[in-house]
Amino acid sequence: MNTPRPVSRRDAMRWILGAAATIGALDFTAAGATGVPPGIGMDPDLHKKIIPWPRLLTDAELRTVTALCDTIIPADDTSPAASAVGVPDFIDEWVSAPYAQQVGDRDAIRPGLTWIEKESQTRFQKPFPDLTPGEREKICDDICSVSKAAPAYKGPAAFFSKMRTLTAGGYYTTPEGWKAIGYIGNTPLAEFPGPPPEVLKHLGLA
Amino acid sequence: MPLITPSKTARDYDVIIVGSGAAGGMSAYVLAGLGVKVLMLEAGRNYDPVAETPMFETPKDAPLRGASTPDKHFGFFDATAGGGWTVPGEPYVVKKDGAWTEAGDWRAVGTEQNFMWWRPRMLGGRTNHWGRIALRMGPYDFKPKSRDGLGLDWPIGYDDLAPFYDRTEAVVGVWGSNEGLENTPNSSPGILQPPPKPRGYELLTKKTCDRLGIPVIPSHQAILTKPLNGRQACFYATDCGRGCSIKANFQSTTVLLPPAIATGHLDIITDAMVREVTLDKSGKATGVSYIDKETGRDVVVKARVIVLAASGCESARILLNSKSALFPNGLANGSGKVGKYLMDTVGSSVTGQIPALENCPPHNEDGASAMHMYMPWWGYQKQAAGQLDFARGYHIEFGGGRRMPGMTNPAPDELTGGTYGRRFKEDARRYYGSVIGFAGRGEMIPNDDSYCEIDPDKKDKWGIPVLRFFWKWSDHETRQAAHMQRTFAGIIEGMGGKVLGTVETDGAKAIMAGGTIIHEVGTTCMGVDAKSSVLNQWCQSWEIPNLFVTDGGPFASNADKNPTLSIMALAMRSCEHLADQLKKGNL
Repeated sequence: MNTPRPVSRRDAMRWILGAAATIGALDFTAAGATGVPPGIGMDPDLHKKIIPWPRLLTDAELRTVTALCDTIIPADDTSPAASAVGVPDFIDEWVSAPYAQQVGDRDAIRPGLTWIEKESQTRFQKPFPDLTPGEREKICDDICSVSKAAPAYKGPAAFFSKMRTLTAGGYYTTPEGWKAIGYIGNTPLAEFPGPPPEVLKHLGLA
Repeated sequence: MPLITPSKTARDYDVIIVGSGAAGGMSAYVLAGLGVKVLMLEAGRNYDPVAETPMFETPKDAPLRGASTPDKHFGFFDATAGGGWTVPGEPYVVKKDGAWTEAGDWRAVGTEQNFMWWRPRMLGGRTNHWGRIALRMGPYDFKPKSRDGLGLDWPIGYDDLAPFYDRTEAVVGVWGSNEGLENTPNSSPGILQPPPKPRGYELLTKKTCDRLGIPVIPSHQAILTKPLNGRQACFYATDCGRGCSIKANFQSTTVLLPPAIATGHLDIITDAMVREVTLDKSGKATGVSYIDKETGRDVVVKARVIVLAASGCESARILLNSKSALFPNGLANGSGKVGKYLMDTVGSSVTGQIPALENCPPHNEDGASAMHMYMPWWGYQKQAAGQLDFARGYHIEFGGGRRMPGMTNPAPDELTGGTYGRRFKEDARRYYGSVIGFAGRGEMIPNDDSYCEIDPDKKDKWGIPVLRFFWKWSDHETRQAAHMQRTFAGIIEGMGGKVLGTVETDGAKAIMAGGTIIHEVGTTCMGVDAKSSVLNQWCQSWEIPNLFVTDGGPFASNADKNPTLSIMALAMRSCEHLADQLKKGNL
């Protein structure tokens, strides 16, 4: 029933071409007739976070992004899930940006979201966000590793890897993410104490 | 910062200084302090680090989590304003894929451009964001040609500059230690501030390097660990590259310009883009003409002496653009050396993951954001014995640890194989802080194929002809880069770690593009005579005695030591001589 379905030739071409035609149209939508939407500029106020470009992901795409983020970083006993700290909104901010790197990521993310919804329908006849954790794993296990993925899943695996990087970057830059990973700092100290005894012991330097 | 407008200029300036960074700031500090009346022109905008520095903001407070973009090349919070690898409306011309083109690359790593030119457009220039690495050149570094026959000797020696290094360090505030290592000079007693304690990964690296015979010693950084002249000591949080509102690190805007202004002898005009130096009929400099960027109008200001401190390449550009019937090849260019001997620093890096650092107990490892330790060059004896295939040395800068996470994956696929879910969160905890990056910074020997000149066609938006860059590394640099790669891989493996990515043993591929390390020096070299050099030992033009250049341009060699401290010490020495000559009526 859940036989993995190879990526069709059309899908494969889309991975290769990066949905360039679609993105061109989106750029036009975002910026109106004036061309590229505005960036942050070379001399922004560093005390203010102003995102001058419009968000591009649809509600449906955001639902898929949310489900994927929380599959990559779920809640556990000590820290919240990615969606609880605003990571889906950050990913929308990222893929909507007018810079070449982010446009490239958008070219990978949007077809990836389409692919995973299609895969979910094919395997389970349900949208990806409605899948049980076990069902999500069935799909994600096939695409979570670029090096180990079957040839048919190489494209989706590259997409998943990008989603993982964006999710991790968005998550571990929050106070909750700091706690989850064990970052302590950004606080004034009278003196720098150096590594405490338990660290020296851990490093074999005690 | 009290500034004046073009209409408020006085009539009787002794000296005009072009530029406000390390060189311009120190030149103004010295001259104004000696009672000389100074006008400073800065091409960029006014900048106030106390009000503008984002001290405790986190990546979450920035667009795209603070990532590098074509607008903010070193990330959102980097202090650089109005520029970077490109400046809007102010192009420069480079070779890319064999053809001349306007420079457009903004990623320092993996660029295809032959040269990268970093220009901020702000008061204080590059000192607002620089790495604060403050190393002295040693005795060998002033006489390289005498030692191995390559490159150029300086007309001065280490002993000539040593007292000015001491005094510069005392003004700037530099932490470090005196180790007495070869060609790695000690400071005089009481000059250096105490270094901060090393971090865990720095100690672990030292343990392996001790075994490999590579010295690991406290870095020298222009960051206070004790209060100085009303400035606070570092509180070990936030990145120095953002600038420092508590003035704990060195910026021209916090350390040099305020006391210079307080003397009442310094006026500053910002948004003043200098076009050329003006002359009288006898060939003496009379002032400069600049474009007031607010109005777009050309303005001429006069003074008895002109000091160019606009950065090595920008000062060369001003001289080459100052053409006249008397000087058809540009000013101070009888030797033909203006723009020649352009040097940068050799840069190459390798990153490694160290299992011994995995799952380390959480602790605050921010420190002073800069490295607390580094490795000075250790191969002088091997080079003297002919055992290395490159002539000059490099030092190692290294960083890692449990820094504030940025827009990266702390558990990269290369390490995890690609996990997700709770397993991924465990991997992130496991690998976070276990990665160390090693970067080599090496000496480049000046050569005839690396220089800048005025592009025959292109002008910037102010109508000023722009620079184009020629660049070639010699085998001494590319072999050095290959040696860096092998050495860093050896350290990583010696620590029981694994290189991330590949070790590039082809030096031509391992070396970064010219200019990438942002150490542009040599374009107005000093020497022993007017035939072979642009300036004398006082950074004074041989041909135009009332014209000085105090930035990196006068460097006759570019030792592996980061140039900023030497630029300031040299500017101090030159400007004290200048003031003395003014007083004696010789200018």
